[in-house]
Amino acid sequence: MQKFFKQEWMSRLIDVMLPIFATLAALGVGAVMLILLNVNPFEAYGAMLEGAFGSANSIAETLVKATPLLLVGLGICISFRGSVINIGGEGQMIVGALLATQMGLVFTDLPGWFVIVLAMLMGFIGGAIWGGIPGYLKAYFGVNEILSTVMMNAIAVQLMNFLLRGPMIDPSQAQLDSKIPQTARLLEAFRLPRWMPTRLHLGFLLAVILAFLVYILLWRTTLGYRIRAVGKNPDAARYAGINVKRQVVLALLLSGAFAGLAGAIQVYGVNYRMITDGSASGFTGSAGFNGIVAALFGQLHPIGTIPASILFGALLVGANKMQRVVQVPSALVIALNGLVVVFVVSSDYWRRKRQRRRLAQASMDEGDDSSQPESPGQTSQTEVGS
Amino acid sequence: MDLIIILQAGVASGTVLLFATIGEIFAERSGVMNLGVEGMMLLGAMSAFSVAVSTGNPWLGLLVAMLAAGLLSQIHAFITITLQADQVVSGLALTFLGTGISLVLGEGLSKAGAISLLPNFSIPLLTKIPLIGPIFFTNQSIMVYIGYLFVPLSWYYINRTRPGMHLRAVGEHPAAADTLGINVYGTRYFYVFVGGVLAGLAGATISLAISPGWFSELTTAGQGWIAVGLVIFAQWDPVRAMFGSYAFGALRRLILDIQGPLTLFGFSNPFYYNPYWGFFLQMLPYAFTIIVLVIGSREAVRKRLGAPAALGLPYIRGERGL
Repeated sequence: MQKFFKQEWMSRLIDVMLPIFATLAALGVGAVMLILLNVNPFEAYGAMLEGAFGSANSIAETLVKATPLLLVGLGICISFRGSVINIGGEGQMIVGALLATQMGLVFTDLPGWFVIVLAMLMGFIGGAIWGGIPGYLKAYFGVNEILSTVMMNAIAVQLMNFLLRGPMIDPSQAQLDSKIPQTARLLEAFRLPRWMPTRLHLGFLLAVILAFLVYILLWRTTLGYRIRAVGKNPDAARYAGINVKRQVVLALLLSGAFAGLAGAIQVYGVNYRMITDGSASGFTGSAGFNGIVAALFGQLHPIGTIPASILFGALLVGANKMQRVVQVPSALVIALNGLVVVFVVSSDYWRRKRQRRRLAQASMDEGDDSSQPESPGQTSQTEVGS
Repeated sequence: MDLIIILQAGVASGTVLLFATIGEIFAERSGVMNLGVEGMMLLGAMSAFSVAVSTGNPWLGLLVAMLAAGLLSQIHAFITITLQADQVVSGLALTFLGTGISLVLGEGLSKAGAISLLPNFSIPLLTKIPLIGPIFFTNQSIMVYIGYLFVPLSWYYINRTRPGMHLRAVGEHPAAADTLGINVYGTRYFYVFVGGVLAGLAGATISLAISPGWFSELTTAGQGWIAVGLVIFAQWDPVRAMFGSYAFGALRRLILDIQGPLTLFGFSNPFYYNPYWGFFLQMLPYAFTIIVLVIGSREAVRKRLGAPAALGLPYIRGERGL
């Protein structure tokens, strides 16, 4: 019996280590790309490591980058656990940020803490709306949520471009010929407290606290149970009396809400204004996509998503440094990102294989041949974590 | 704001969507959804343009684009078919990867000067047909004409030939196909490759014919995603894909043209006087995609049509289920 527990513990450890091996493999392929670009990969990755963890300031930058990834990732944990794919993080961040920023621009004579709380709330609501629409369309019209969320991203970008050039433009910019599409800066009183002299802000702490709350939501509340039940098996959930359509809407709505909050925190903690270069990534830094990667990396577990998003934050901050030191095109980071996902999603093969073997072993030990392993076709759909 | 010109240009830019959509139809009919179309198109557009710049031969560029995107698609094939991983995540990764590689290799390419492009020509006699002639057969790129031939050919291939039947069998019921001796894995690898090749062709059609040049991500500007959406609207049928593609192409052109004139239907043109209103117009293709998806999905439910039954599911020999 003791031996069994020991094996269990070992295989858990291997499960956790798999994504890390996958990342190393991705960096290995990245090294080949660097060599092809005539760059010494050791020098490049050295710069990356130093950029991410070299000083207190760089660690703070890593955490600043990790904050939106973690928040988006928490939303992804909720939706993917409910078997709903949310690729609309970018758009949800933008809409949340727009609504939140507007609060800071309008209520300039209210106390700071009140406006911050209001702005966070509006960010949450804005993201919830932008996630809820695809959720509603999926539940009641059968519209594929992957595509509708991607389309909602594109719509949000144009909405941002419109608002920042039109109604929300900085009054002082409106008079200039340059007309830079940006809002006015937020008042000092409305900015999230920072850990001086770095840019690390309260938003990171908030995100970590929320990670624990999402864990409670998913595993200790009825709502979380329902969402997961629908994610595992919608037919069984329906027979058990769960309103499947409502859970689908809620899963996407909550998922969007966390992304919207990420957008609001990005404005109130880091940028202090909204500015657009015409693309989504100009504002989000692709956190809406990278948060998905972070969540998958954390095996769709809110707590696991915390270290995962810090790792990805480090990758992003470090890549910036690498780009400056060894002079490679900045887009290399996008490719590296893709490689990491490729290897992480591939490594899942070995995890599932071992899981199957474990289940077979367990059923053999009990002498019970009726307990077949889950159909892998269903487990692999979105059920990446265990 | 000449309707004929809008439709003519719509058919041209719709050809891009047409290739990408039909490519994705092939892949999905075999049971593999590839969300990496955008990345593959971008890689196609970049490699086509860069080869055309360095060799001066656009045809060589076209070939390289198809091969490059086809090779990229094989990463997705390996991950989803052999390693049986989640198709959605892998497809997303492919978009990142394709975009990243294209932007790295395409750096500085946007400054390349004029190159020789794929030829435009008119079809004699057919141009004389009223309405149809000027829209479809006058001064179009050769890729547009290839598109016309391509639609009926792919319909015939999928629905009336033996390999097409195997393709559908693998997508609908891989276990049954397997017992009949059809190589499920090989078939899926092949049609994912076909999807990649056609996405590359679509990308090359942009950079060498329809709107020549390399404008980094804006070269494709999300058309790969629209193509994936059109597959659902098209109910996995090439002929419906053609209508959808051309309609979207025309919409894109209309959005450009509507911002030009001072007056619109006798009123002063709000999009001309407030240029930032144009951003609302730019939302339209995406909003329409959602509407099209709503219509397509409802129709699918009503007519009991739908996605290939095994779409998105990995096939594992000897396991229960599809």
